[in-house]
Amino acid sequence: MQNTGHITMALAVDASRFEGVPMAPPDPILGVSEAFKADTSDLKLNLGVGAYRTEELQPAVLNVVKKAEKLMLEKGENKEYLPIEGFAAFNKATADLLLGADNPVIKQGRVATLQSLSGTGSLRLAAAFIQRYFPDAKVLISSPTWGNHKNIFNDARVPWSEYRYYDPKTVGLDFEGMIADIQAAPEGSFVLLHGCAHNPTGIDPTPEQWEKLADVIEEKKHMPFFDVAYQGFASGSLDEDASSVRLFVKRGLEVFVAQSYSKNLGLYAERIGAINVICSAPEVADRVKSQLKRLARPMYSNPPIHGAKIVANVVGDPTMFGEWKEEMEQMAGRIKNVRQKLYDSLTEKDQSGKDWSFILSQIGMFSFTGLNRPQSDNMTDKWHIYMTKDGRISLAGLNLAKCEYLADAIIDSFHNVN
Amino acid sequence: MAMSRAAAAVRQRRCGPLLPAARSMASWFGHVERAAKDPILGVTEAFLADPSPDKVNVGVGAYRDDDGKPVVLECVREAERRVAGSTNMEYLPMGGSVKMIEESLKLAYGEDSEFIKDKRIAAVQALSGTGACRLFADFQKRFLPDSQIYIPTPTWSNHHNIWRDAQVPQRTFAYYHPESRGLDFAGLMDDIKNAPEGSFFLLHACAHNPTGVDPSEEQWREISHQFKVKNHFPFFDMAYQGFASGDPERDAKAIRIFLEDGHQIGCAQSYAKNMGLYGQRAGCLSILCDDEIQAVAVKSQLQQIARPMYSNPPLHGALIVSTILGDPALKSLWLKEVKGMADRIIGMRKALKESLEKLGSPLSWEHITNQIGMFCYSGMTPEQVDRLTNEFHIYMTRNGRISMAGVTTGNVAYLANAIHEVTKTN
Repeated sequence: MQNTGHITMALAVDASRFEGVPMAPPDPILGVSEAFKADTSDLKLNLGVGAYRTEELQPAVLNVVKKAEKLMLEKGENKEYLPIEGFAAFNKATADLLLGADNPVIKQGRVATLQSLSGTGSLRLAAAFIQRYFPDAKVLISSPTWGNHKNIFNDARVPWSEYRYYDPKTVGLDFEGMIADIQAAPEGSFVLLHGCAHNPTGIDPTPEQWEKLADVIEEKKHMPFFDVAYQGFASGSLDEDASSVRLFVKRGLEVFVAQSYSKNLGLYAERIGAINVICSAPEVADRVKSQLKRLARPMYSNPPIHGAKIVANVVGDPTMFGEWKEEMEQMAGRIKNVRQKLYDSLTEKDQSGKDWSFILSQIGMFSFTGLNRPQSDNMTDKWHIYMTKDGRISLAGLNLAKCEYLADAIIDSFHNVN
Repeated sequence: MAMSRAAAAVRQRRCGPLLPAARSMASWFGHVERAAKDPILGVTEAFLADPSPDKVNVGVGAYRDDDGKPVVLECVREAERRVAGSTNMEYLPMGGSVKMIEESLKLAYGEDSEFIKDKRIAAVQALSGTGACRLFADFQKRFLPDSQIYIPTPTWSNHHNIWRDAQVPQRTFAYYHPESRGLDFAGLMDDIKNAPEGSFFLLHACAHNPTGVDPSEEQWREISHQFKVKNHFPFFDMAYQGFASGDPERDAKAIRIFLEDGHQIGCAQSYAKNMGLYGQRAGCLSILCDDEIQAVAVKSQLQQIARPMYSNPPLHGALIVSTILGDPALKSLWLKEVKGMADRIIGMRKALKESLEKLGSPLSWEHITNQIGMFCYSGMTPEQVDRLTNEFHIYMTRNGRISMAGVTTGNVAYLANAIHEVTKTN
């Protein structure tokens, strides 16, 4: 080897490896926040935000979370790796919360639970599992659904198709369409269902409709796959919000359930959630859990401790658990209040006789207003109200003081813009 | 699959009364086999189950103090005190904590790095070293679909899992020389030369896991040169910066050599060991690009890969890292503490080697002090390791890897004696 001197950049002739790497498309929701920030109007309102805001429109950490963190600081525990499946106390707590601590499937050891990276991470683990063990299966997702669902299944290389869900004519559920599409899908499909507080529409099936859905899914030997991102946050009651999942489990079906504590405990940034697979027998749950671990290990090895400890501390202490339930009721309550005020304002101000009651029947953080794209643009351009172009508003970003203004804007956009 | 009455009866005994529809429900998961246990975790489980008062765990891949206890650094405790209650928990941006990324790049590329000034580095916060490697592997699959990865023999076992699950084909390159318990430098250089031009190589920046064998500075320069000749891409997994020699700048030497030589590198950083943040999953992935525009594009694509995996990374660990590295006094304390950890390990290496020599071992144990970092590849056979476990209650992985972090002044003599016993007839 003749020349062992350093080769300077000037002499290096490599073509760039990354020349072909294009700029990724901008995140649509982020774009809304950025435009909002740039708007100088005093009237501006950010209804694109996907995180809870107080009545003062400020982010907030739950008091019970602050308590838990303080406790954790005092305890001074170590930061050792969790096992691949996560923090045992958290896993127990999360399954108990979801299914009810005295649920027979828990007592029978039939639930495989892995702590994972919030809802997204849980869905991704499940998707990877589906790709590996059910490579010919399809996932059915609602039209519309949370934007990241499609990305998750795409990246996991799981094919998906949509079932009808939102009916723009009624601004409600197209139940007939939903049933028909689920029925028409090939046997053994995975049906992705929002456990409560459907994102983005806020429209949930009624209990009777859930029963019918369970009938069809059972009949077609589909696998129910729940995304539960708002348990407790939707109605204010943990049990009520889990009733759809429990209904399916009670029928003896095997079920996938992804959970998130981002909204109901305000732990957004700590990425805490779980993937649960309710199986027909404990040894099945054992095997399934072992394979989920095998998928998790090359993704992140083991999940982050902090959020798991917060949840376990809160749920494990009766006082804190009680306080959490109260704070959750308050959050859900505030959302219900603004829905009521918005409905009252709309009904009072709108002379056309249009039925705005869907605002009240929808539930959770989000609402589909029924506004189309040009109408949504009008909301922003004329009224400085920021929302996503599909007509979705985040009630979390609304307070009582702004309801009348919002009502004026919606009425104007609905009636005067095509 | 209809269930026979006998089978149903067995099921009933095992699981309690069947739920109404369950008996007609065959499991979807009949074809899902039980995964093999993780070899490393199995060691800890066996250790925990052992009632012997003499038991020693040198399988553990986490630092222990001289009493064999896990450690939370003082600088970490202080950082946690400062951040408690001071911030809300809103989602981090998809790319993670800006501050944490800034500080991580300074550590890896140098405080005054021109690449940082020129904004040429695409970087995102990642789920510790594993997450950083996985993001890179997925990026490779998506944008360099014809590429493969060359992985050293041996390496951390999860490397193989990561690139396999990312569906990037793997090759190996020579690394460890069993006879000398050192580096197979000739074999390594041959494999570099023989690999097709433009191949991707996974390099351990310092404190190779599991062997503890690192190239010398001169050897790194030769490797770098040959990489230039072959236009190979170096991807550094740096899981032990500061933890290896006690000096983060020194531990980053290989990276700095490659940067000086004009390579565009990728780098996975982890704060699991050097800041003791194991379970917080704090790390960073960076890729040096042609220019700022390309760095922005590459970063945007890394974010696109992260989004459907976990949306955005966890906050707590990032807060700790950025608080420590962003505060001169805390950073100073950290440097002191990481040197303390490294020094204790270096001290234990010396003690173990000397104990074995004093016992009159016929073998050479130079490699114990030649090797660096958390692990020592002892050269013991699986059978000898089994004897250590069965006769002496000493737990380690069967490849003969000793975690020096588990060695203390209290157990080093016992350990030396046991090793001597099982190897003296070699």
